[in-house]
Amino acid sequence: MEVGLKMGFEETELRLGLPGGGEGGEVVRKRGFSETVDLKLNLSSSKQDTSGMDPNDEKVTGLNKEKNLLLSATDPAKPPAKAQVVGWPPVRSFRKNILATAIRKSGSDESSGEKVAFVKVSMDGAPYLRKVDLRMYTSYHQLSDALAKMFSYFTIGNCGSQGLKDFMNESKLMDLLNGSDYVPTYEDKDGDWMLVGDVPWEMFVESCKRLRIMKGTEAIGLAPKAVEKCKKMS
Amino acid sequence: MRKKIMYSFPDEVLEHVFSFIQSDKDRNAVSVVCKSWCEIERWCRRKVFIGNCYAVSPRMVIKRFPEVRSIELKGKPHFADFNLVPDGWGGYVLPWIVEMAGAYPWLEEIRLKRMVVTDESLELIAKSFKNFKVLVLFSCEGFSTDGLAAIAAGCKNLRELDLRESEVDDLSGHWLRHFPETCTSLLSLNISCLGSDEVSVSALERLVGRCPNLKSLRLNRGVTVDKIANILHRAPQLVDFGTGSYSAELRPDVLLNLAGAFSCCKELKSLSGFWDVVPAYLPALYSVCSRLTSLNLSYATIQNPEIIKLVSNCPNLQRLLVLDYIEDSGLEALASSCKDLQELRVFPSDPFGAEPHVSLTEQGLVAVSLGCPKLQSVLYFCRRMTNAALVTIAQNSPNFTRFRLCIIEPKTADYLTLEPLDVGFGAIVEHCKDLRRLSLSGLLTDRVFEYIGTYAKKLEMLSVAFAGDSDLGLHHVLSGCESLRKLEIRDCPFGDKALLANAAKLETMRSLWMSSCTVSFGACKLIGLKMPRLNVEVIDETEPPDSRPESCPVEKLYIYRSVSGPRFDMPPFVWTMDEERKVMH
Repeated sequence: MEVGLKMGFEETELRLGLPGGGEGGEVVRKRGFSETVDLKLNLSSSKQDTSGMDPNDEKVTGLNKEKNLLLSATDPAKPPAKAQVVGWPPVRSFRKNILATAIRKSGSDESSGEKVAFVKVSMDGAPYLRKVDLRMYTSYHQLSDALAKMFSYFTIGNCGSQGLKDFMNESKLMDLLNGSDYVPTYEDKDGDWMLVGDVPWEMFVESCKRLRIMKGTEAIGLAPKAVEKCKKMS
Repeated sequence: MRKKIMYSFPDEVLEHVFSFIQSDKDRNAVSVVCKSWCEIERWCRRKVFIGNCYAVSPRMVIKRFPEVRSIELKGKPHFADFNLVPDGWGGYVLPWIVEMAGAYPWLEEIRLKRMVVTDESLELIAKSFKNFKVLVLFSCEGFSTDGLAAIAAGCKNLRELDLRESEVDDLSGHWLRHFPETCTSLLSLNISCLGSDEVSVSALERLVGRCPNLKSLRLNRGVTVDKIANILHRAPQLVDFGTGSYSAELRPDVLLNLAGAFSCCKELKSLSGFWDVVPAYLPALYSVCSRLTSLNLSYATIQNPEIIKLVSNCPNLQRLLVLDYIEDSGLEALASSCKDLQELRVFPSDPFGAEPHVSLTEQGLVAVSLGCPKLQSVLYFCRRMTNAALVTIAQNSPNFTRFRLCIIEPKTADYLTLEPLDVGFGAIVEHCKDLRRLSLSGLLTDRVFEYIGTYAKKLEMLSVAFAGDSDLGLHHVLSGCESLRKLEIRDCPFGDKALLANAAKLETMRSLWMSSCTVSFGACKLIGLKMPRLNVEVIDETEPPDSRPESCPVEKLYIYRSVSGPRFDMPPFVWTMDEERKVMH
């Protein structure tokens, strides 16, 4: 009985145009369930299961779409990375980190390296720190979206997510730094404070130890590095 | 006249009698016998346990119990361990310290779990309590080694400093030097959570050397195995020892020294630590194995046969924490060697891997339940399970008090029959009549909750994820589990009906957590409105819940009983009823 029902769900998912089941299926299955069963609750389905899922969601559902097109039964290579559901499996972060570094040190062929990269995020004027797992995102754009949401309650007036996004655009750099907008900075492995956006994303994730969203006026001292870089590049 | 004679024990006599009553439950019972007993009892209560720091205010506690010497507080909900509670949610200890600094100058012990502790709080503790003895910070965060330096320097009679699993900003290993040369009172020091940075080993050695009563010492990852021998030689009386990083360049003299040092520790019963293990150093432990009752290898990435060798040499083992590298074969060895085993925890070495790379299945747990008749507490991460195995386990181990099974892939069915695991977990609750804590996983329908509601009468804490079909599931639990205190649920199709129908039940519990379920904002408001002794907190990090229709489900909700009303330290992403119970803000 149960098996039949399960199959029913999967078929429904495909008909609704959702990515196929299997890997990363957790969020996918849930969406299918809620759309077929809980319509009367008027769920806004796109908002329903965020909790940090979106970045990986795009990645995995893209992969799954490809897989379905090719109709490959089994993937000869390693299976694609699962979409990580926040807080599942219920293993505490200090356990995850320890194992990741141990596996790397012992030189096994686990090529994925650090599975989590939690860094503290502070914002000038905010009363407490937040923490983000940089590996939940695949680009500066996603990170800035997430930070904007997290700190949106604190940004009054002219900043918010647009301010942070603008910052990533180097041509608006000096205007922003002269204003009172917020500027994301980070401390790298060497203990230097750098402007976010300077280096390629992967390099940033590897070297970022903590993030600080500074007032634009305070970040002036950091600007020269980025501006010099601009000049070198152009 | 006769009545007076019957109750004519002087207060001091009653107080003396009450001093033999230690348990909170019994103390609470004493205090409701009559007014005079309540009055006498409250003046002589020395220990207070507060399971939810927001259930009562510091002032209320101080008013009722003016002579407390020991306090234990818990802050964030359990799911905070898995990053489901956003930072800044709350659980700050500072307001408590501030009030107690004035009211309890003779406070001796503070034990905190999942609370935010700042350096300011630590400095205040060091300054305010002249006879301070015990500080336990379990899974806390928000402080740095600067705060620890203040404690070390300021608390002249410190006996216990235990930072287990806390997150500490490790600014400098020099904080250890702040323990004055006159400090000889330490019984227990647990710094295992500190980072891999250098800890001042020489300061550590001197401190250990001058504390002859030190029974428990847990080092951090920054201390390598070649440094351990010197420390152990200074503390052969240790009962509990946590190694740091169990690695160093392999040298025979280091190995010999280490083996010698361990063999001098005749009282050693408990070992932990073992980060980065170099297997060649494991034989140094063999002399201790026969006395070990507790072994924590959950950070040790060693495999079989090393694990089997260790474990087979520990016939008195009562508690084992280990990674799934132990595999079924290792668990079988455990089952035949360790007949006194009471607690087993098997953690996943690769929790996010798609495919299993170790052979750890339901068979291992079945073997242990068969071979270890005293097994009471289990935490088991695996990738497959069957109803048959669970039924066997339940029948073999009717003494379970804690059973937590985590099948890594959500909604995994019985891999042989493809059925849900309802019957298996049903057997667990039916046979294990003393079960107090249960965590579910795998494919589960409303049926499992029917079993739980029917049989799990002593169940106090239940954790549910990706399970159930409808509100009926939640209803079974709330209406059937008489002893339920804590219920935490994530990603289940439970909505308004069960919650509203059982709202009164929530006042008999400590707390309810539900995230990614289908409880509407309207229902939350209704409960908040109708139940003044509950705090209903709605957590939403994306946008205010009242910017959407009331029927929309909330992201996360946390409901707990409280006698002190809504709290005032909520961050912007938490909404609760205001004081007049009119509006959620």
